[in-house]
Amino acid sequence: MSALTREEAQALIQEVLEVYPEKAKKDRAKHLAVNDQSVEQSKKCIISNRKSLPGVMTVRGCAYAGSKGVVWGPIKDMVHISHGPVGCGAYSRAGRRNYYVGHTGVNTFGTMNFTSDFQEKDIVFGGDKKLDKLISEIETLFPLSKGISVQSECPIGLIGDDIEAVSKKKSKELNKPVVPVRCEGFRGVSQSLGHHIANDAIRDWVIGNRDGDESFQTGPYDVAVIGDYNIGGDAWSSRILLEEMGLRVVAQWSGDGTLSEMELTSKVKLNLIHCYRSMNYISRHMEEKYGIPWMEYNFFGPTKIAESLRKIAAFFDETIQANAEQVIAKYQAEYDAVIAKYRPRLEGKKVMLYVGGLRPRHVIGAYEDLGMEVVGTGYEFAHNDDYDRTIKEMGNATLLYDDITGYEFEEFVKKVKPDLIGSGIKEKYIFQKMGIPFRQMHSWDYSGPYHGYDGFAIFARDMDMTINNPCWKKLQAPWLQSSEQDATPQAASA
Amino acid sequence: MPNVMIRKNDAGDLLFYVAKKDMEETISSVELDDSEQWGGAVELTDGSRWYIDPISPPPTFPTTLRFKRGDD
Repeated sequence: MSALTREEAQALIQEVLEVYPEKAKKDRAKHLAVNDQSVEQSKKCIISNRKSLPGVMTVRGCAYAGSKGVVWGPIKDMVHISHGPVGCGAYSRAGRRNYYVGHTGVNTFGTMNFTSDFQEKDIVFGGDKKLDKLISEIETLFPLSKGISVQSECPIGLIGDDIEAVSKKKSKELNKPVVPVRCEGFRGVSQSLGHHIANDAIRDWVIGNRDGDESFQTGPYDVAVIGDYNIGGDAWSSRILLEEMGLRVVAQWSGDGTLSEMELTSKVKLNLIHCYRSMNYISRHMEEKYGIPWMEYNFFGPTKIAESLRKIAAFFDETIQANAEQVIAKYQAEYDAVIAKYRPRLEGKKVMLYVGGLRPRHVIGAYEDLGMEVVGTGYEFAHNDDYDRTIKEMGNATLLYDDITGYEFEEFVKKVKPDLIGSGIKEKYIFQKMGIPFRQMHSWDYSGPYHGYDGFAIFARDMDMTINNPCWKKLQAPWLQSSEQDATPQAASA
Repeated sequence: MPNVMIRKNDAGDLLFYVAKKDMEETISSVELDDSEQWGGAVELTDGSRWYIDPISPPPTFPTTLRFKRGDD
């Protein structure tokens, strides 16, 4: 059971809200809630996807981050131009660790930064000529790129450049797709709209490219992995499980993905979506246009993996269903050993999460497999449908927080006293200085993969490594410690 | 007059999805739903009402349709 009772949790929220002025208090109150599994629809208890209040510390990103950083960026054989001033591209370069195979700078461009580096004169006279020249230059330097996407930064929308016209002209000239993406940072309230815009750009400029072309040999077991960004190799450790089941993974969206894979996705039999928030739009479109069903799955932790593998197999015939059981049985010894090793060291530890996309609900199962309990969770940029799905996963009387501010998060942590926090780099050092073990759960703290059975072993190791790290006992100077706190640290069992 | 994508969920209910409004609701009742035509007044589980001129023959879901607000 959770550490707090419902009343205590409500009181805590009230207490935290106390510092705000009246208007801000009213607004923030709607974003904080105590979970109640009996609530069917999240909008009755929590409001999400609203503009952040000016003056509070939010960790949200912008539409450009959602489009270039998340959806388009990992497509490895395309050049993604950060069209606008140099900073946006420079700061979003390669930070997400979307792994890929290929020769960077020859046929893949994932970790490179292409920017039009806007200067004052481009703002005054417009940057279309520069973009035209830039695309020609890219073609000269990197002739093996399969396509180009133009990711707009804020000024493009403000000065009204016609990137669509330039893209169409250059696309004809180079005979490759040049995709204009209108993902100016000021659009929307968070990176979430950037995902949507990016999905719409894929829908308009990529998905239909192979319509009427039947040269691709389709099979009965073709699937596409959607919304897996291969952070630390996640998509690879997911993909092997699907392939062992006998399915053929035609496309990976978009971690380690290519343009031609995306074009072929319209030929698959089933879309498997991992990150619902960032790619449900395109899955809905493909369902409508091509009749491809889609389903959400969860590859964190053995319980959820087994559940998902069975659910995926149910879409196919008995061979696949039998294979799914075989895959689960094959890895059983492996994950049982992981649980046997780490569960005793992690049992009963409390975790608070605050991430984006799918993790605040998807990783709950993995923590539970290790005997840990998630006592609070929240999303940076979720919508109502994400909270609908989260309410069922979370225990009663746990905290839910949407777009939490720096202040609220710190106060919650001080009261709830979790044994581990999983959040982003902006929160990491604050909580570590407060003496609380922390994992950066956006890009797995430079570790990973965490998906699949192989990933679970790494996940368990990392959580143990963080929580049972001897450094947390060294935060107080030796001469200030009382004798009881000197107790010898728990010996490593392996 | 929003564009609404109608699709079936796993349980077989019709879902009413408005991408721009970020809204997904289950349809609780449709005025005309037979082999001839589909449409008319549509009521959602949240109590809101929408209207669409009956379509004949009934469309295959998922599909995107334009609805009118039914409150007026």
